[in-house]
Amino acid sequence: MTERLAHTPAKAPVRGPRETVFELGASESTCVLPAPLDVPDVDLAAELGERVRSAPPNLPHVTELEIMRHYAHLAQMNFGVDSGCYPLGSCTMKYNPRVNEDACRLPGFSGLHPYQPVDTVQGALKLMVGLADGLAEISGLPGVTLQPAAGAHGEFTALMMFRAAHVAAGDARAKVVIPDTAHGTNPATVSVCGYETVTIASDENGCVDLDALRDALDDDVAAVMLTNPNTLGLFDPRILEITTAVHEVGAYAYCDGANLNAILGISRPGDMGFDALHINLHKTFSTPHGGGGPGSGPVCVTAELAPYLPGPVPVTYADGTLGWDYPEATIGRVRGFHGNFGVLVRAYAYLRALGSEGLREVAEQAVLSANYLRARLEGTYRVPYDRTCMHEFVVSGSIQKAENGVRTLDIAKRLLDYGIHPPTVYFPQLVDEALMIEPTETEPLASLDALAEALLLIAGEAAANPELVKGAPYTTPVRRLDEARAARTPDLRWTPSGD
Amino acid sequence: MRHIPFTCEQRAGMLDVVGAASIEDLFTDVPAPARLGRPLSLPSGMSEMELVRHLRELAATNTPATELVSLAGAGCYDHYVPSVVDHVIRRPEFFTAYTPYQPEVSQGTLQAIYEYQTMICELTGMQVANASMYDGATAFVEAALMACRLTRRCRVVVAGPVHPEWVETLLTYADSGLLTVDVVCANGGVSEVDPVTSALDYDVAAVLCASPNFMGNLEDLSMLGTAARNVGALFVVASNPVLLAILEPPSAFGADIVVGEGQPLGGAMSFGGPGLGFFACMLDHVRQMPGRLVGRTLDADGNDAYVLTLSTREQHIRREKATSNICSNHALNALAAGVHLSALGLAGLTGVARACCAKARYLRGRLLGTGRFRAPWDVAFGYEFALAYDGDARDMHDAMRERGYLAGIVVETDDETEDLCLFAVTEQRTREELDGFVSEVASL
Repeated sequence: MTERLAHTPAKAPVRGPRETVFELGASESTCVLPAPLDVPDVDLAAELGERVRSAPPNLPHVTELEIMRHYAHLAQMNFGVDSGCYPLGSCTMKYNPRVNEDACRLPGFSGLHPYQPVDTVQGALKLMVGLADGLAEISGLPGVTLQPAAGAHGEFTALMMFRAAHVAAGDARAKVVIPDTAHGTNPATVSVCGYETVTIASDENGCVDLDALRDALDDDVAAVMLTNPNTLGLFDPRILEITTAVHEVGAYAYCDGANLNAILGISRPGDMGFDALHINLHKTFSTPHGGGGPGSGPVCVTAELAPYLPGPVPVTYADGTLGWDYPEATIGRVRGFHGNFGVLVRAYAYLRALGSEGLREVAEQAVLSANYLRARLEGTYRVPYDRTCMHEFVVSGSIQKAENGVRTLDIAKRLLDYGIHPPTVYFPQLVDEALMIEPTETEPLASLDALAEALLLIAGEAAANPELVKGAPYTTPVRRLDEARAARTPDLRWTPSGD
Repeated sequence: MRHIPFTCEQRAGMLDVVGAASIEDLFTDVPAPARLGRPLSLPSGMSEMELVRHLRELAATNTPATELVSLAGAGCYDHYVPSVVDHVIRRPEFFTAYTPYQPEVSQGTLQAIYEYQTMICELTGMQVANASMYDGATAFVEAALMACRLTRRCRVVVAGPVHPEWVETLLTYADSGLLTVDVVCANGGVSEVDPVTSALDYDVAAVLCASPNFMGNLEDLSMLGTAARNVGALFVVASNPVLLAILEPPSAFGADIVVGEGQPLGGAMSFGGPGLGFFACMLDHVRQMPGRLVGRTLDADGNDAYVLTLSTREQHIRREKATSNICSNHALNALAAGVHLSALGLAGLTGVARACCAKARYLRGRLLGTGRFRAPWDVAFGYEFALAYDGDARDMHDAMRERGYLAGIVVETDDETEDLCLFAVTEQRTREELDGFVSEVASL
């Protein structure tokens, strides 16, 4: 065990899961009760009859201290951006500025009801217009909706706008083309929108194969969904030819904005010929991922498509006041209320804090940091597309797999012992044993070096002692999990009897 | 404020390692016509102090409902959120983490979601709850789509006054051609048996309703569930999680899927988002369920541990054959809901539900007593109710706001002469506030 821990932090490991919250506390323990009733009590049986609950739900019964200790323990088993380097490819795990957390909790924002009269929410509308205008400038696409709740929701929104525009032109179409490097949400969205997915292979440079694209394009193609820079971290140098080809058959070009961090202030999807883009505010605009959300996925579109935007959108009237309006050919709502406003506040704060120069510097540093790491790992790990990358890059563990029998999964798990969150693994699928690394601009040089050194050390470990790597992690709150058991005998809720 | 921790010397050294002469050299793949070639036309950055001043000024031009005496609801409610909730969700180990794809270092998020899933099951009476959807509206849509997959039918019937924004969202999704939507009894107080049954046939995948519905009324779930089963359709019920402390769960009426807006569980109103969509069903149907699921299993040492499971339903594995395109959900809101329910417990949640119901009945009775309001129907309700106002409801709403009250929501009806006022009363409203509202509105 001493040898196993040779390169790990000297702190005591946090123990794994203890009791669930249901198993804590005395049966009559309480934390927060409502104030005594100051109106006559209600006779539920008389009012609601057979609708009254016959068997109460089993909810926790804990004191405030028990709650705080429980969640403190859970928190200690978790790893966030504040815990250490989090180079998760295509997820842009940058620092989440704390002032943004304060901003969204200002009572003037957090206490707003969505149906307040517009004259009581002018500041909120101004913030939304300010954010939308900023995103329009950054994307080069003037029409913006802030409604979508996440990136995949933004994809849905844009594809339904394409559908509406084609239908309005009497030109309904059935297919959407995506490359084999696409995020899984892209084909899933295609299906939710009632289209059929056509997948095309990438070329030998990891970019769109123009011939394959032209072969796939016909007048039944509604759209092509691309990520640029793509999920290999490569900017497609023929992007203008690609979007031109898409437009030649009357299809729309969609940009998955997951990788926007690389090009802020340098290149705009609108200028590349894209008709629509979603922006993950929880990636590029520093809003926290929250352990899986909430995110926000605004969509920016061309002036031609703007009439189809979901409504309502915030608008500025001639007298300078703001209100809500539905675009003339709107596809309708894609959710309730106005969007994830609390996330929009954080993103707006980030946009204003960084400003024009700051945003460009984000892209420059993100790209420099990724290239630096790529250069440091070359030679030890295979770099299948060995050229200048954008904000992320993909290496392969295929050498380690072939020579040592150590898989990328093992390398990822071993990184945990070095106090580093693993990169995205096994994606994109066209790279064998892929490790997709995105350091982000906020990660300091010492941290980049520690990541590079850990990966180089692990490659050495894989050669010298493969079993060590295959058994990792050793220092985490739990060891590797039996995922097959989880799927075979699903235990998806706690029960008193443990059934 | 740029959060970029590099010196010029460090950058020069990094460029050396890369073998590039300048940062500009890293962007040579970007063709000239696609280059911006000018600074973004955005304001310059701000110091934190300037930023805070600016944001406070913006916030100060709003008059939040929390600074008025608010009777507004319609899917977003002014419930008290215990202090512990925000203290927990502000722990950076929770809010700065990504989706728990690496379970060895994500047991906190995973266990919290497992507990949240359990609490939603307890409230709804269902066997499985997912890790959350975006909001009530999209959970409602996903339930309709899931019912279509399970029944291999493609028509759904929405019964009774369901939140108009939910119906509008469902209609947006229906433009995909994957399903058609019929809406019956949208304008009454509750669904009625004849219009519902006459809308049903053996091509219907699901009957969807909300109870309480948009008007705050409780539907006859026995009737609707039976009507659905009679044609082999699934029964989808949207519910209010606070009321489920005191209401018989939808499972008791044969619900196949239960969804709803989870904002009443520990969520700020926040102009309507981010809230939380909860989604629960029976175990038989779990493989068609959308969204993430956390399961309990064992680790290599044989200890209990939690992990995302049944992922073969999801987009990152199944791509175009996934049950949904959802990826990011509302995990932090689900965490907040779990903390909220832990803090309240059964006694607290029941107390809140009772207090809301009692106060709603108190206000309703007093408003009817003024003679200025009329009840459009006499049916069971929760803590939200609609009354017709004798006069211009919008003028009344404006006048009351001048006096410091948010007089619910004005709901337009087909009858142009009589709009309805929809009032929600949470446990936060005091008798004094309600009495003040009644006397002011009576004096108009």
